[in-house]
Amino acid sequence: MAVLEIIHYPDQRLKQESEPVTVFDQALKDFLSELEETRLSGPGAVGIAAPQVGVAKRIAIVDVSKLKKPVDNHGYLLMINPEITHWEGMEKGREGCLSVPDFTGNVIRAEKIKIRFQNSEQQWTEFETTGYEARAIQHEIDHLDGMLFLDRLVSRRTDLFERKVYKK
Amino acid sequence: MKKWSLLTLVGADQQAIVAAVTRVLAEADCELGETSMMRMGGSFAMMLRVRHENQDLATLLKEVCGQLSLHLHIDDDVDTASSAMEPDVNITVYGADRSGIVAEVTGILATAGLNIIDLETAMAGTADKPIYIMTIEGQALQGVDALTEAAKMISDGVELNIIPIQTLRA
Repeated sequence: MAVLEIIHYPDQRLKQESEPVTVFDQALKDFLSELEETRLSGPGAVGIAAPQVGVAKRIAIVDVSKLKKPVDNHGYLLMINPEITHWEGMEKGREGCLSVPDFTGNVIRAEKIKIRFQNSEQQWTEFETTGYEARAIQHEIDHLDGMLFLDRLVSRRTDLFERKVYKK
Repeated sequence: MKKWSLLTLVGADQQAIVAAVTRVLAEADCELGETSMMRMGGSFAMMLRVRHENQDLATLLKEVCGQLSLHLHIDDDVDTASSAMEPDVNITVYGADRSGIVAEVTGILATAGLNIIDLETAMAGTADKPIYIMTIEGQALQGVDALTEAAKMISDGVELNIIPIQTLRA
């Protein structure tokens, strides 16, 4: 197993659409292990997508279960051929990316999504998720479609009404 | 050896100021770093970090500043250390306009550990009932709860929302 090299924008491979996974073999499993090892080597990365290591396949990993400030989560998610089938609400949040070092910016994402994907045994799973985990999944699936969070930046002046309100 | 300077240019707003100023800098091989440029009232204000080969920027920009009636201020040898400071809290403030809102809010929050990274204010509402709006991105050096607690001291009539920022790294 090895930590793979993360490619950085302006590498144009990050702007390509990835191909669905059709062959579920040992080579795929080996790659998944390496992708996870690569994610864990990134400083505090909650997700990674195959295009970030130069592999144009529809594969992504998300795990928001180990944050200092805990959020609702479904644990470790290894997603093959993921699809978002439903979007709801909008929320502004700050994002950074292993492929865009030294920059974070505000991005609007759906607050709630329904996601379906395959595991390494080709079985499909589908569930709903919200908030931070939903944001991480949307960020990763964007990679599979050749999109970076830079494509979705909003002005720092853009503000949405938030739910959490502290009054005096 | 290249060095950094911080340029501040201010003048009456008109079309294509940014293009004119940055064209002069680009043709002299000056590289732009972070910049912030905006219309404020009837003026246009530009702040640009510029990296250059120890050039005389005042002379370089003299002509374009004259043409556009821009005031120019130059700070040399601006700290080159990494400036990527991460905000971890977003604060929005609004209320009926009166003098002293910014001073009061930032003063109280400063004592609770707020380090401001970015602050903008705007005036809105009608002429007879103006309102004042402020957005802040900053670091809660003593935690967000300390800010929330301190915010209780802010006068009635000023609405304040304090929202933690949990930056996604992926």
